[in-house]
Amino acid sequence: MALATETLRPARVREGSPWTGLWAVVAKDMADHLTSTRMRILELLIVLTAVGTVFAATENLRDTVGQDRFLFLRLFTTGQEPLPAFIGFLSFLVPLLAIGLAFDAINGEFNRRTMSRVLAQPIYRDALLLGKFLAGLFTLSLVLTAIWLLIIGMGILRLGVPPGGEEVGRLLFFLLATIFYGGIWLGVALLCSTVFRQTATAALTALAVWLFFIIFWGMLANLAARTLAPVQLGTPQEIIAQVETSQALARLSPNTLYVEATIGLLNPSTRSFGLVLPTQLQGALLGAPLPLDQSLILIWPQLTALIAITILLFALSYVIFQRQEIRA
Amino acid sequence: MVEVVLETQNLTKRYGDFVAVNNLNLVLGSGQVFGLLGPNGAGKTTSILMLLGLTEPTSGFVRVLGLDPTRNPLAVKARVGYLPDQIGFYDELTARENLGYIARLNGISRPEAKRRIEAALERMGLAEVAEKRVRTFSRGMRQRLGLAELLLKQPRIIIMDEPTLGLDPEAARDFLNLIRELKNDNITVLLSSHMLHQVQAVCDRVGLFHKGVMVLEGSVPELARNVLGGAYRIHVQAESRNGDVEHALQGLPGVLAVQRPAASQYVVEAAHDLRAEAAQAVIQAGGRLAALDMAEPSLDDIYTRYFQEVQHGARN
Repeated sequence: MALATETLRPARVREGSPWTGLWAVVAKDMADHLTSTRMRILELLIVLTAVGTVFAATENLRDTVGQDRFLFLRLFTTGQEPLPAFIGFLSFLVPLLAIGLAFDAINGEFNRRTMSRVLAQPIYRDALLLGKFLAGLFTLSLVLTAIWLLIIGMGILRLGVPPGGEEVGRLLFFLLATIFYGGIWLGVALLCSTVFRQTATAALTALAVWLFFIIFWGMLANLAARTLAPVQLGTPQEIIAQVETSQALARLSPNTLYVEATIGLLNPSTRSFGLVLPTQLQGALLGAPLPLDQSLILIWPQLTALIAITILLFALSYVIFQRQEIRA
Repeated sequence: MVEVVLETQNLTKRYGDFVAVNNLNLVLGSGQVFGLLGPNGAGKTTSILMLLGLTEPTSGFVRVLGLDPTRNPLAVKARVGYLPDQIGFYDELTARENLGYIARLNGISRPEAKRRIEAALERMGLAEVAEKRVRTFSRGMRQRLGLAELLLKQPRIIIMDEPTLGLDPEAARDFLNLIRELKNDNITVLLSSHMLHQVQAVCDRVGLFHKGVMVLEGSVPELARNVLGGAYRIHVQAESRNGDVEHALQGLPGVLAVQRPAASQYVVEAAHDLRAEAAQAVIQAGGRLAALDMAEPSLDDIYTRYFQEVQHGARN
């Protein structure tokens, strides 16, 4: 029975690279995304929003050309009643785009019964899942970069001045934050598509998670802070403690992280996201912009958290997918 | 002695308490065609998935072309073609694009892939619809596209799960011819099917699954001897005025039993080929012999008989 005892032990080492076939999957899925009707509709929606809001913003900004050092940042942050600013739209549209890219990534393969056929080819599951994720992330980056360039181009045409070096630097980091904000929702949708076999269930669950964070999480954070750090005597310490608890809880939401990151990057005069006590303001020039590196230090936790959550969600999908039975 | 290309020893898969496959021992040589039979849920698909390394065995040992599918799945999957029972394609892509994707996943170089795809589409009669989206394909065309994919990979072993399900008779015949061609190319084929006469037509050996156990294994005549009691069944059609013919047939040495399903029909079960003796006996008994022939043992009979015996508790 020497043979039996030897083979009872599961094989620990897999041979061959887990990335074999990765780029074939990425190329195929990106081609699918870029030609799918679903994506065209969402892209059209984003382009229309971008054109509309930037057009309205430039109408406002034309009067202040020459007085403002950060004219191109204002393109993204200036709204004109009744139209909100473009970044306001982005925090809605990017999750929608990301969820649209990935909600049927894995369960779609099962439903089309292509999963067992694809996995019978010489690739590991790792390549399939990572390929699908990267295809989504690259598509998202492509779309967002194109819109970013479109907006800057429109700005140059309508305002008649080129963007400065620091503006471009801030806008690049803003683009990075937006891509990883999308990456989080891509991760949520990929996770849903791994867990649920029905694509509709996966899409609705991902949307529900998004709505929960965008609408309810702020309220819940407030309520929870009141219980966790109650104001009983009304001392300043108690009030500060409650506000800080509430803010810490709110930052668990990717929306808060993204909004704070964009404010820090696109409003150079932002010095803090929390309460600022008068003692901390000694010697500060109120309203004066921070240099880019200082703004980056301010939003560094938010930016890294956005990237970290994206990676964590992917890792979770990975673990679940590896344990799934392939039989459809 | 043919080269052994696929071997399992005591291969077992459990899902909790449920034993899906129990101690499977199987040896296949190159160029052999092996049929897996058995009711749904008997463990055929699970066995296939373990051979491919798509499901990890609970215990036991698999060697495919000398490789372990759990340790070295890429090398195994590069050499084994798999046609799943419910075959799916990317509906929004054309037949050629679907094959192109598979070629890229297999790391086949672009010019080589182009050449192989043309050849595979041509051989499966899909060259004219190569640019059509798979959405418009019929079940038979999808099946042929699946086979084109197998040919494209140029595997040493082909594993097919219910390949002829839902095919029209002509497509099924073409399909059986293809399997014979593959056999001539020295490719080993393992297929599972419920179409017993098709299995009998192409398979060198078959294995019968029942509740996760391969209860019977061998060529069709071997199984016939095992299950049907080794009987030769001779069908005799003869007119006779009295019961003399039946009596005469029963009296022949080596006859095990005589049944009379109709007035002028007799089925003689014998231990060896008694056709000449039976003819002589009928005529000597004054009967008018109209027809006499020996039935090939059919897989249908074996299958039906086996599961009848299981139901009656004669076998476990």
